[in-house]
Amino acid sequence: MIKPDRVVTSTCPYCGVGCTLQLHVKDDFIFKVTTPFDSPVNHGNLCVKGRFGYDFIYHPKRITTPMVRRYLLEGKSIFDVRHSDSALRPQTFELSNNELSPSPWDWVETDWDTALNIVADNLTRIYKRDGSDAMAVYCCAKATNEDNYVLQKMYRALFRTNNVDHCTRLCHAGSVVALQQAVGSSAMSNTASQVVMNDVFIVTGSNTSENHPIIALQMKEAVQKHGAKMIVVDPRRIDLVDMAEMWLPLKPGTNVPVFSAMANVIVKEDLVNWDFVKNRTENFDEFLESLEKFTPEYAEEISGVPAEDIRKAARMYATAKNAAIYWGMGISQLSHGTASAMALIHLAFLTGHVGRDGTGLNPLRGQNNVQGASDMGSMPFHYPGYMRVDNPDNRSKWEKAWNIEEGGLSLKLGLTTTEILGNAHEGGVRALYIMGENPMMSEPNLNLTRHHMEQLEFIVAQDIFINESAAFADVFLPATPFAEKDGTFSNTDRRVQRVRAAHSPRGMSRPDWQIVCDIALRIESRLGVDTSHWAYSNPEEILREMGSVNPDYAGITYDRIDKEGLIYPVPHMEHPGTPTLFKESFPRGRGKFHALDYVPVREQVDDEYPFILTTGRLLEHWHGGSMTRNSALNEIYPEARVEIHPADAEIHGIRNGDPVKVQSRRGEVIVRATVTEKTTVGVIFLPWHFHEAAANLLTNDALDPQAKIPEFKACAVQVFPARESDLPNAEIVLNRGRY
Amino acid sequence: MTITFMMDGKEVTAQDGQTLLDVARENGINIPTICFHEATTANALCRICVVEVEGMRVLQPSCVVKAGANMKVQTRSEKVLRARKTILEMLASTMDLSDAPDILTMMDEYGASHERFPDAERRESEVKDDNPMYVRDYSKCLLCWRCVQVCADDAQYTFAINFEGRGFETQIATFFDKPIPETTCVMCGQCVGVCPTGALKPKREFLLEQGMSPNEISVLNTGRKKRKS
Amino acid sequence: MSDIDLSQLQPAIKKFIPLGRTGLLPALHAAQNIYGWLPESVAAEISKALRVPLADVHGVIEFYSMYYNKPTGRNVIRVCTDPACGLRDGDGLLKKLCGQFDVEPHQTHPELDLTIEPSPCLGMCDQVPAMLVTKGDRAIEDFGVDKNFRPKSLVGGTLRLLTKNCGGETTSLETYGGYTALEKAKAMSREQVVEEIKASGLVGRGGAAFPTGIKWEGALKAEGDAKYVICNADESEPGTFKDRVLMLDDPHLMIEGLCIAAYAIGASKGYIYIRGEYPYIVPVLENALSEARAAGYLENFDIEIRVGAGAYICGEETALFESIEGKRGFPRVKPPFPTTHGVFGKPTVINNVETLCNVPLILDKGAVEYRKIGTEKSPGPKLFCLSGDVVKPGVYEVAFGATLREVLEMAGGVMDGKKLKSVLFGGAAGAFATAEHLDVKMTFEDLRAFGLPLGSGVVMVFDETRDMRDVLKRLGHFFAHESCGKCYPCQMGTRRQMEILDRVAEGNPQEGDFVRLQDVGWTMTDASLCGLGQTAASAVLSAMKLWPDLFEVKS
Repeated sequence: MIKPDRVVTSTCPYCGVGCTLQLHVKDDFIFKVTTPFDSPVNHGNLCVKGRFGYDFIYHPKRITTPMVRRYLLEGKSIFDVRHSDSALRPQTFELSNNELSPSPWDWVETDWDTALNIVADNLTRIYKRDGSDAMAVYCCAKATNEDNYVLQKMYRALFRTNNVDHCTRLCHAGSVVALQQAVGSSAMSNTASQVVMNDVFIVTGSNTSENHPIIALQMKEAVQKHGAKMIVVDPRRIDLVDMAEMWLPLKPGTNVPVFSAMANVIVKEDLVNWDFVKNRTENFDEFLESLEKFTPEYAEEISGVPAEDIRKAARMYATAKNAAIYWGMGISQLSHGTASAMALIHLAFLTGHVGRDGTGLNPLRGQNNVQGASDMGSMPFHYPGYMRVDNPDNRSKWEKAWNIEEGGLSLKLGLTTTEILGNAHEGGVRALYIMGENPMMSEPNLNLTRHHMEQLEFIVAQDIFINESAAFADVFLPATPFAEKDGTFSNTDRRVQRVRAAHSPRGMSRPDWQIVCDIALRIESRLGVDTSHWAYSNPEEILREMGSVNPDYAGITYDRIDKEGLIYPVPHMEHPGTPTLFKESFPRGRGKFHALDYVPVREQVDDEYPFILTTGRLLEHWHGGSMTRNSALNEIYPEARVEIHPADAEIHGIRNGDPVKVQSRRGEVIVRATVTEKTTVGVIFLPWHFHEAAANLLTNDALDPQAKIPEFKACAVQVFPARESDLPNAEIVLNRGRY
Repeated sequence: MTITFMMDGKEVTAQDGQTLLDVARENGINIPTICFHEATTANALCRICVVEVEGMRVLQPSCVVKAGANMKVQTRSEKVLRARKTILEMLASTMDLSDAPDILTMMDEYGASHERFPDAERRESEVKDDNPMYVRDYSKCLLCWRCVQVCADDAQYTFAINFEGRGFETQIATFFDKPIPETTCVMCGQCVGVCPTGALKPKREFLLEQGMSPNEISVLNTGRKKRKS
Repeated sequence: MSDIDLSQLQPAIKKFIPLGRTGLLPALHAAQNIYGWLPESVAAEISKALRVPLADVHGVIEFYSMYYNKPTGRNVIRVCTDPACGLRDGDGLLKKLCGQFDVEPHQTHPELDLTIEPSPCLGMCDQVPAMLVTKGDRAIEDFGVDKNFRPKSLVGGTLRLLTKNCGGETTSLETYGGYTALEKAKAMSREQVVEEIKASGLVGRGGAAFPTGIKWEGALKAEGDAKYVICNADESEPGTFKDRVLMLDDPHLMIEGLCIAAYAIGASKGYIYIRGEYPYIVPVLENALSEARAAGYLENFDIEIRVGAGAYICGEETALFESIEGKRGFPRVKPPFPTTHGVFGKPTVINNVETLCNVPLILDKGAVEYRKIGTEKSPGPKLFCLSGDVVKPGVYEVAFGATLREVLEMAGGVMDGKKLKSVLFGGAAGAFATAEHLDVKMTFEDLRAFGLPLGSGVVMVFDETRDMRDVLKRLGHFFAHESCGKCYPCQMGTRRQMEILDRVAEGNPQEGDFVRLQDVGWTMTDASLCGLGQTAASAVLSAMKLWPDLFEVKS
């Protein structure tokens, strides 16, 4: 055994569970990860990514030197060197090694001063020329709270814009908006570990075993050891189905009829908790009227779920002593994602299964710090703490905190991620700052996304690898991954936990918050202002500044969260944290019912495109793949596969492992097929991690009107046989035995 | 409900449901353990934690036996010491203890000899290096069962590993000895996390031990196809 | 691995699918009956059908000696290598057969579809050297002979109560005369039946000698939504064959006993767990059960036969439960005890065949009459299995209290007029007696006073010419082969013991072997998890007391 130089306790950088990691370091190299068995979050368990997937930190492709495009060093303008008629800029992944014929678009290594000055110069130039509407920033759901807070602060305080967003837009935006409307908050109401107290729980639109593996373990424990009954509502036969009491395999995008029908049954069979409805909710009558049409038979016709199963599930949920709902992307990532989540909220309102331990409305947040990034106001409609930007009182608070003149901050709602790109043209958004995000993999309709990216005038990428988006940037700022900086993450059940540096930053990389503050000072000097505080001596100062205005974080200090973190709201320094929310009332007072209607998915199947494509993730990979495709994780899952049901496969003459082309109206990919009963008839599944077969080339950028979240979970495709030689990497063949 | 009884000649108290091992630890009495782990089901199979309870012919595993009123327990009687010493000597004659410092310490404490059993058959196995995440060296395996249990219903419910053979020839194995990636294993490493010896080890740690440098490890298997333009 | 035709498998395992995991051993037997062995694809199919994890199915195949994970003949000849057969050159028989068919032991002759292998005790110690020939799940008289095999044993002794119908052909229900004792029991309350068994003083006949009435009372009082009774017919102790005789010759006696037990505790389901090496008894039991069913004796209670697959440890009650549940036969930690947490975690009464055979006797006679047989502390009749160097090996029924000399005389005394060197009481898990003990009464209490176990009733006789070192070596191999591997003392101790006994048998003990054997032996005895480990050294330790010079280094 190797004896470590030190063991540093930190928090996992992958998913929203937020497992405690003990990083064992020798010679500034992490060689092993363990976790304490008494960790309140993960109880001694980890998944393959947390346990072994940190090696991307040391990958030779990691960038640790600032880089800029040659044309900028030569003092040229992008319009002098435009790449083509249709694109201002090319996509460049590597340093050029072609000394003989240098191109203005070559990446060139440089020093921090040069790089940051170029950033400050260009951002200021564009801001002065075109104003706030031309400026936009993608914050990062993987970076720390401190990183995100200062970046949104910079854009709001210096560029006076609310064009601040991050990938939550593509994830739980539907859930967040619905919760905001219905209860006035946007997070899990209970904690994931309370699942062992559930008598009945619904898991819907979440392949928990692969996306929140440790929560899935707790769900399995609840079933196997505590007698809980699980109801899975999902178009795919996910791993949890093996232990489920019921599986309702609905057609993608038919959540509203199914869950509204369940509500209908609860009302019709008099299983309503009238106490709760009368004392804790409002607008029931309007809701009741809208519920009439959602009979189980109506829902069966639309969704394919037998009416009797809908009834049985409704009764189980309603008559349970403690019941909870856990949901994921299958609910939110639809052009009616808000309504989808609202249908779930109604079930809890009708039965009173919220506001008590062992119950709840629990959207499982994906990224390790998406909850935190949202809490930090990295969103176009909200300041930190979910204070609306169009509310003058809120504006006032932050003007004081940031030393901005009265009326200086913008009351105008900003653009969301997809809208930011959609506005990337003359007269619209001109400069985009991307911190640790990869829209070129995560946005829908990637061919269109590419086109938008190509129209931007100035792009800054702050990241650790040149991913598909950074490859479009003008300046690349090497940031540090989680293991090389200090800060905090807020996990999916609102636990704020410490992130600690295991060793110093490699190469010239710097923590994100330091880079941002450095730029902010340079911008201020160019703008001739000296307002907000940027010279933080440590990240805790940042958290404390944010907590001085955001009451949820008011009582959080690094000391207080040193061992196990604290679950916010923590309104003051003696407060122990709040695992279960809404015990007395909801933030908006009473929970509000909403009348719902059934809105089908935007793109229906037809003869030309007869399959529903649904997309999602795998256990071994993470999102756009910046980390996991640069890790040993890629070896154990090296290629994308499309999942197709045996019945469909037989009709189309597809055998397991055959290459196929999957095509939508927007794009196509070529992958091998996996014939499996993990999907259902008429539905095929693609993971979206693989750039050489990017699922989002096919997906539809239809947006939910309120949440602006794209419809990743349903579009229409066709499948054609393809040749081995068409495959991007034919010699790489997946060979795993896991489900 | 409190229970009072005797341990090593002194009176001790326990709460209803506590094991003799719990009580010993609370009273500063050191009882060695090998297979016992706070996060796995106690199987009482290593028997190193046995103690002598008056009136019972067979020595009792303190990790599972509950404290009982008026028990008279000896944690280091002659029978106990002989059993512990012999178990340790048998272990030393069977497996590679080089990655089990706790057991080596125990051997010193109990005066156990590494060479007690001449011409003894050992349980040896080639290192199984069949996946990028962790390495299996069953020559170092103590058969404590923890890995099988956490892969099963102590934690992961994946059931990728079980046993092959029987008796002395027992070994941990996958379905028909398939390489780990071809089994239901999800490489969560729960097994690595509970292994008391170096039988299960993160591959990076293993490679460092083999003398590779961090840089060499970082470029392993990173050859990726060039991106299609 | 060539193509295995799985189409035959589905219909064969169909009835086990609703059972899930508990159907695993039956499904594996059914599959092996078709293919001769268990290929990976077959194991995978069974795993999927019964919803048992792949690695677990593999673990079960690996645990049981009679499941083969490499190609094996549909015809198997097993030759016993344990002590009683060793005395009559079982090793030579194995060699001869291997020579005859031109294969090595454990090897398969592809054209003949035949595998020959050595085996632990086959339960035919009175017909040595013993050999079992099977074709699939059917026992045949000899390889190539299409005739069913049915061993016959000599049955003697001073009593013929338990063995009233034994010594000839299988007794039909008609000849048996109906379940009069069961009818009597049903006219009593459950508590009364239990009291009667308690009053009789009956203790277990499988070796552990636990008071049967107390066991039944525990299960009767235990809470559970289902209760089970199990007949432990896994008779695998070297030297024991009484249960074979009872089941083959008079199955209804045991079945009636099981029905009475079920009534007494309120069980709705019973199992007969019979060792895999007794395949010829299965059809006999199946037939007897249909007779009983037809007569209406199995209403509200049915009995299922479960066949073992070659594991002595599965005679240990909790390991037996594991086996029924479809798992490797690892014994469980006790407490909790079977009467509250037995098979499937439910209250269970598990009794040996001979024990159950006593039950109708007790109900018919009444406890008071029953107690007139035997002694105060060891009431009732007892079956002793005489084997080894005796003139008339077989099953002898006597009242407790008969002396060793008396029983030996019944069996014709030592063969060829030789002098007695020793008697192994209790089987491999037993201890040696010598001529000194000829006049000890064979009761639990008398034998115990001399440090001798009565066990299941094994009386294996060795004459003056016998080399006890060879006997010990075979016992050493037996335990090493049968150790389940769970607990350290036995997993490693049986191996170390075997290695030393091998040296001793060659006449080459090493310096320090005596103390090694003592340490290993006492560690197993004191610290093992179950009865197998706790008795794995008892014969050796008793031999070390009687003949210490055998183990010492010759100077």
